[in-house]
Amino acid sequence: MQIPAEAIVFYALTAITVLSGLVVVTSRKLVHSAFALVFAFSGLAGYYVLLSADFLAAAQVLIYVGGILILILFAVMLTHRIESLDIRSETLQLLPAIAGCGAIVVLMLLAVYRTPWAVKEPQVLTQTAQSIGSLFMTDYLLPFEVASVHLLIALVGAVIIAGKRGGQ
Amino acid sequence: MVTEFAGVLVFIIVGILFLAISLLLARLFRPHHPTPAKLSTYECGEQPVGQAWIRFNNRFYLIALVFIIFDVEIMFLYPWGAAFRELVAKNLGLYAFIDMVVFIGILLVGLAYVWRKGDLAWIKPQQRF
Amino acid sequence: MRPLVEWLQANVAALKGVPPDVLYLLLLLVGALIVINFVAISAMFFIWLERKVSAHIQNRYGPMLVGGWHGWAQSIADGIKLLQKEDIIPAGADRTLFRMAPFIVFVGSFAAFAALPFGAGLIVSDLNIGLFYILAVTSLVVVGILMAGWASNNKWALLGAMRAAAQIVSYEIPVGLTLLTVVIMAGSLSLVEISRLQEGIHPLFRVAAGGYVIGLPNWFVLQSPFTFVAFFLYFTASLAEVNRTPFDIPEAESELVAGYHTEYSGMRFSFFFLAEYADMFLVSAVAVMLFLGGWQGFAGPQFLLGTAAFILKAYLLVFVQMWVRWTLPRLRVDQLMDVCWKVLLPLAFVNLLGTGAWMLA
Repeated sequence: MQIPAEAIVFYALTAITVLSGLVVVTSRKLVHSAFALVFAFSGLAGYYVLLSADFLAAAQVLIYVGGILILILFAVMLTHRIESLDIRSETLQLLPAIAGCGAIVVLMLLAVYRTPWAVKEPQVLTQTAQSIGSLFMTDYLLPFEVASVHLLIALVGAVIIAGKRGGQ
Repeated sequence: MVTEFAGVLVFIIVGILFLAISLLLARLFRPHHPTPAKLSTYECGEQPVGQAWIRFNNRFYLIALVFIIFDVEIMFLYPWGAAFRELVAKNLGLYAFIDMVVFIGILLVGLAYVWRKGDLAWIKPQQRF
Repeated sequence: MRPLVEWLQANVAALKGVPPDVLYLLLLLVGALIVINFVAISAMFFIWLERKVSAHIQNRYGPMLVGGWHGWAQSIADGIKLLQKEDIIPAGADRTLFRMAPFIVFVGSFAAFAALPFGAGLIVSDLNIGLFYILAVTSLVVVGILMAGWASNNKWALLGAMRAAAQIVSYEIPVGLTLLTVVIMAGSLSLVEISRLQEGIHPLFRVAAGGYVIGLPNWFVLQSPFTFVAFFLYFTASLAEVNRTPFDIPEAESELVAGYHTEYSGMRFSFFFLAEYADMFLVSAVAVMLFLGGWQGFAGPQFLLGTAAFILKAYLLVFVQMWVRWTLPRLRVDQLMDVCWKVLLPLAFVNLLGTGAWMLA
């Protein structure tokens, strides 16, 4: 008996990701949208695991769930109108939005079906972290150092913007 | 090795089931007599004043921003750290070490900047410059 | 777990016909059930121990009656009491998030145990990136705490949750950097591999006499001066990670009642408590794995004695956490942030660069 375990996990992950994504978009409560992102981000990490990218999966959880999401939550709690229990996100321009989204969906489906994907046999998971580290030090040294400069700019920018908003 | 992650999945499911079953079990034993006073928000015995959902000090937001920068940096440093021993064995150690000093150095400039601006302090000192 | 499947199928006749995948899944389930029982029983033991330790430090006896010998059954009695308590969800609360929060907090700390080796070969998921995985998955706890604080619609709860989130994320940076020093020394993120590298007796601090070699163990904490410093930095930062005094501003009872779980009662409250004590064990276990030799320690068959050594060392660190909690006063919130960003973080960076240089030398 062969259990199609990978397929079951894949569809379960898809269900979680899509449903929580829908909650993010449709929920009228801003905080619910933010919290639904936990499941969307974690579902994506699950996809990375299925693709044998274990380091990337853990990084996804560490950065998105542990970092970006906390930032989003803090940002929501800092908004001015938070005093009213139910701040509602409103729907504006429904028809143009549907048209735009539909066009993007068609475009993406075309891209997905027209591209000759390079299909590879699932690989045995090797020391992904070490390989990434070695690549950083050899082939991708410049992007690696540029990332550092990028982070520096982000840090300085964040401080300046936050300082302004504080109104000090 | 992918299947090693099956254990993680099983742990998540068992964790959720453990809580759900204990909650269901507790339902058999626990009373359920809600009264308006019992269901009111706790505020040291006083009537709650206003909502709890107030606007917060933007200091929290700044901490989270600075945290993300360093979090991403840690994510970059871990593969480097894991590969470093191998690189030393291959005589690329000094090269890798200097790369890392540059990487960390650039970010330390950022830390020094934030520190100097006084944004690391919880209570920001008066603007001096 | 895979080798165990092969061994079982080769040696137990009744299991020969079972598909290996099914057997593997069953073994994982058994492993998870064993670990969850271990975590729950450890947490109950720690709660009793915490009360005894605090009592003796304050010149009291603590629980003495329940169960006879020094009130050993106090935690069990408390558990049964909590099971009978009414489950109150405040009228003003956000019911969905209020119910969901304990799950996220508990799963975030429990899932980390999957990658924790309890002894030689005693690991459920031997991940290549084990350490990084533990760092990542425990960050779910912060989301759960914020969820609990927000959903309660209580001023103390929300303020406690915000403080907890800010503190935990801040201290995650020094934690990550100090653990990295060991990763650099070991060249691996796998906890099994890291523990294996600490086998035997230290190459420097040893005396050979009459065919016996006596000396200090070859633990990472003793392998270089930088890992020695890193251990203390990690231990300090991990106290803040689990909101223990002197870093317990998030639940400072004199100003915030109980912090983010103020509104929780009965079983839901007990889940937060369980997760908190599980986290205490987890950070101690990580410290033991990386710095204090993992399951190395006793001579003899590693299968049983190694596990005993690991659990003993981790329990000892938990005891030190309690000792610190009942001895030191609490830091102020601004001091708390200063310690993290202006003391621990620069020290961790210097330490990291020092380790790199040490590896080159």
